[in-house]
Amino acid sequence: MPATYLAASSPNPLIPHWPEFIIGTIAFLIVFILLARVLMPRINQTLSERTEAIEGGLKKADETQQEADRVLAEYRAQLADARHEAARLREAAKEEAAQIVAKGRADGVAEKQRIIDAANAQIQADRQQALIALRSEVGAMAVELASKIVGESLADEARQSRMVDRFLDELDSETSARAAAR
Amino acid sequence: MAADLFAAGKFACNETNSHLGSSSHCGYPAPGYPASFTYGALFRIGSFTFNKPMLLACICAVIVVVFFWSAFSKPKLVPRGVQNLAEIGIFFVRDQILRPMMGKKGDNYLPFLVSLFFFIWIMNIMEIIPAAQFPPMSEIAFPACLMLMVYGTYNYIGIKNQGLGGYFRNMIPRGVPVGILLILAPVEILQYTIVRPFTLAVRLFANMFAGHILLLVFTLATWYLLSSGIGLLWSATSFILTIVLTAFELLIQALQAYIFTILTAQYIGGSLEAEH
Repeated sequence: MPATYLAASSPNPLIPHWPEFIIGTIAFLIVFILLARVLMPRINQTLSERTEAIEGGLKKADETQQEADRVLAEYRAQLADARHEAARLREAAKEEAAQIVAKGRADGVAEKQRIIDAANAQIQADRQQALIALRSEVGAMAVELASKIVGESLADEARQSRMVDRFLDELDSETSARAAAR
Repeated sequence: MAADLFAAGKFACNETNSHLGSSSHCGYPAPGYPASFTYGALFRIGSFTFNKPMLLACICAVIVVVFFWSAFSKPKLVPRGVQNLAEIGIFFVRDQILRPMMGKKGDNYLPFLVSLFFFIWIMNIMEIIPAAQFPPMSEIAFPACLMLMVYGTYNYIGIKNQGLGGYFRNMIPRGVPVGILLILAPVEILQYTIVRPFTLAVRLFANMFAGHILLLVFTLATWYLLSSGIGLLWSATSFILTIVLTAFELLIQALQAYIFTILTAQYIGGSLEAEH
């Protein structure tokens, strides 16, 4: 350190000291040349390699992603197909069941109609038969009654009514006897 | 007794023996130029004297070289430790300084800018490193040599890219009325040839020069005011200010390295492009 703080004449601080200038230049040039010639090219090389590696990795990841997407889409399609198929089967089964029920119902209705028709036919036939039998019998009875009326004297009304009553009684008994004989 | 010795010229005041209220009656040893910036020769080779700022410059160069050598001599694809740190450093220079000023075409100048930034920054940090405690950049010779390299570089690139005539023509703005051009042209040419290099070097120099004096003022005051009485309070105040200003200087050191480098990038970028 200098011995005094009272400088006789102030030197200009903007005048460089040449030894310092030379040393400064050399020091900086050493730094610069080493960096520019040796170290920066090395790190630049590494940086570009790193970029490539990252890009390669990204590309690979991208490919893997695409593959995964593709497989996923495939599975989704398959799943959709399966769902579709199941829905179709369900629908078909439902339809079939409905058909079976409808057919059963139709069959039942037809059977019922058939039975009713048969019964009706039977009744009709029976009635017809009864009518035929009745007609012949009523005819015979009318003829018999007429002959009896003609045979008896129709003098008074009392007689007539008695005769009709008797006839009817005879007819009654005769009918019941015939019915019992049948 | 001491005063007598002082009067007789046998006793000299210095930073160490100047003390408020001491019998030496020495005043406050205010720092200044050249006193606080002059160092004796560490050794001599003929008329060439090697002093402390030169030693610091060499040490800084070694620090920068060792740092980048350990980081980038065998660079790994996956960076580890120092390489990580140094990559952050070069990416900072590339993305914050080079690319905004020069674009991608300036990538060739990355080593130059990286060297400048880190060399200046480490040199500046020496301002607050114990035992060094001197920023070599506060000696105009160091900023000047860097400035001359920057000056040479951007002028060379400008003349190479635009031709000697074109380079000077491009200094002058286009589409300016002739009357104004008469004033503007000399100013612009002066700007490129003298103002730019001068301000580039002096800005760095002056900031470090002022920083060194600022720190000295309060460091010396801390010692000068130190006493067992009320002076202790004043001394403590100075000490606290020294610490605060040290932190402040830490910022200034990085900032000045950044400014020097970004201006270099701007000048070289301007030379690369013909348009003004």
